[in-house]
Amino acid sequence: MSAPLIRTENLVKRYGTVAGNVPPALNGVNLSIYPGEFVAVMGPSGSGKSTFMNILGCLDTPTSGAYYLEERNVAELSDDELAELRNRLIGFVFQGFNLLKRISVADNVALPLLYAGVGKNERRQRALELLEQVGLAAHAGKLPNQLSGGQQQRVAIARALTNRPRLILADEPTGNLDTHTSEEIMGIFTRLNQEQHITVVLVTHEADIARHAKRLVRFRDGDIIHDGEVTV
Amino acid sequence: MMTGAVMGEAWRAMGVNRLRAALAMLGMVIGVAAVVLMLAIGQGTQAIVNDSIASMGSNLFIILSGSTTSGGLRAGMGSAPTLTVGDAQAIGKLPDMKASAPVYPNTAQLGYGPNNWSTPVYGVTPEYLEVRNWSVESGRGLDDSDIRSAARVALLGKTVAVNLFGGEPPLGKSLRIKNSPFTVVGILESKGQSLDGRDQDDTVLVPLTTAQTKLFGNPFPGTVRFIMAQAVSKEAMTEAEEDINQLLRARHRLRSDMENDFSVRNLTATAQAAASSAQALSFMLGAIASISLVVGGIGIMNIMLVSVTERTREIGIRMSIGAKRRDILQQFLLEAVFICTLGGLVGAALGVGGAWAVSTLADMPAVVTGSSILVAFLFAAGTGIFFGWYPARKAAYLRPVEALRHE
Repeated sequence: MSAPLIRTENLVKRYGTVAGNVPPALNGVNLSIYPGEFVAVMGPSGSGKSTFMNILGCLDTPTSGAYYLEERNVAELSDDELAELRNRLIGFVFQGFNLLKRISVADNVALPLLYAGVGKNERRQRALELLEQVGLAAHAGKLPNQLSGGQQQRVAIARALTNRPRLILADEPTGNLDTHTSEEIMGIFTRLNQEQHITVVLVTHEADIARHAKRLVRFRDGDIIHDGEVTV
Repeated sequence: MMTGAVMGEAWRAMGVNRLRAALAMLGMVIGVAAVVLMLAIGQGTQAIVNDSIASMGSNLFIILSGSTTSGGLRAGMGSAPTLTVGDAQAIGKLPDMKASAPVYPNTAQLGYGPNNWSTPVYGVTPEYLEVRNWSVESGRGLDDSDIRSAARVALLGKTVAVNLFGGEPPLGKSLRIKNSPFTVVGILESKGQSLDGRDQDDTVLVPLTTAQTKLFGNPFPGTVRFIMAQAVSKEAMTEAEEDINQLLRARHRLRSDMENDFSVRNLTATAQAAASSAQALSFMLGAIASISLVVGGIGIMNIMLVSVTERTREIGIRMSIGAKRRDILQQFLLEAVFICTLGGLVGAALGVGGAWAVSTLADMPAVVTGSSILVAFLFAAGTGIFFGWYPARKAAYLRPVEALRHE
């Protein structure tokens, strides 16, 4: 087996200043995820799964322990290098879509290219290409809030794919969507995982959604209580 | 990320909240307009002062004879008959002097046909016009033969020409000075007001010898009331003054324990004082106006801080897709600079318009220079950077996870 894409060693995250006052959000998590995996992360609210995702996405830093992304210790990277990782290696999909409301759908999709230093025409072309892939080419010029929730999430997925990431981190991507749309969205993730071999890590609390994954990790009170087959 | 793209982002962000951007801009507009206008008024004042200095003649000394005392009453400077035409000629020959002109002034009633007019009449030599930096508009100046023959010729100032001759061309006409006929040989160019508000064109020049022998008479032949002398340069003036003092003391045979029976005044020093006070005024106006720029800048900072707070989530999203701190910093900084420079442009236009209005409607001098617009404009952009820096930094150093969580 190849080297893990993601590896955490004894990851601890504490909120608040006085240790021991508040139970830690992550209580020494060890986990490895290999290229091409499709992992569902489940657990009740407050179990630490969102904190874990934020650390995986280099949006937050652990209190102690180490996180290796592509075998590199993230703690040793500069702010700029982290930004670069988020730009090129990772694609985020959020529950609330997190599109910029004031710019067009195409501009939203093209935004990661802007920060990667790609020229205007190429940005435009790539954005249209991606919108085509998620079936929204006709809506390129619209503002995000002119689209339905499912369409917005597809735009967000297109944006996550802009820089051809190796890893997609999706935090409750179907939380705001109806069942039918959720299935559509999960279909896209499955396709990306199978056809483009993109590693997908997906947080959800819905069993129907987790069932699309090949591996299930369950959190409770900051600990992993299950890691293996999808048993829901 | 490329600057062009960042500028696009900043521009778009500004367009989203037009009213707010416009209000923030208003502070800059007023500030820059005030600076441009105040500088224009200051420059105008300076221009007036400089004109009057130039009209007086440059690097000038005026040498007055001392005072007489009669029965315990001292008559004041210029009353003692101690300065002579010979003194004037000797001063003119000093190495750092360009020219020297003895002057014998008096006042006389002039007449032409039914008109009459009272004005100062100066008995002068040909050097006078040179020293005063004065030229003849039509006709000719005085020459040496006029002096030698004590000719009855006169040069008229503009005011005299108008008051005495009305619309008639005065050249070659005969006018009466103290009831004796003089021929008008030249009209002097207009000089306008002097620094103390006197009309310099209200004067008549006649040959020195004519004034002394034929017009006013002179109880002390060969003496003059004062001498105007011009140094070769501004730098030579200190030494020239010293030389004049020594020369005159020697010529007047003053012992070392005796006081000067004359006084030498440096007119340029007075002029320079006026010029520097005008400069101080212009500086002060500019400084006061700059305060409004600073206030405008604080307005920008306020707006930018609100904007950062309001867009915290947007900043988080941008960070999550790869924006570096530098990108965020640039975006917000550029937004502030945009507001400021745009406000600066509008303000500069308003300032120029205001200066025009002031100079035409209020009849006050206002001179807009390219440099004052440039200064105000750069100041505006600088204000944008200075006051935009803190909010932009605040935005750039948000932690991504917290920015994303922000509602």
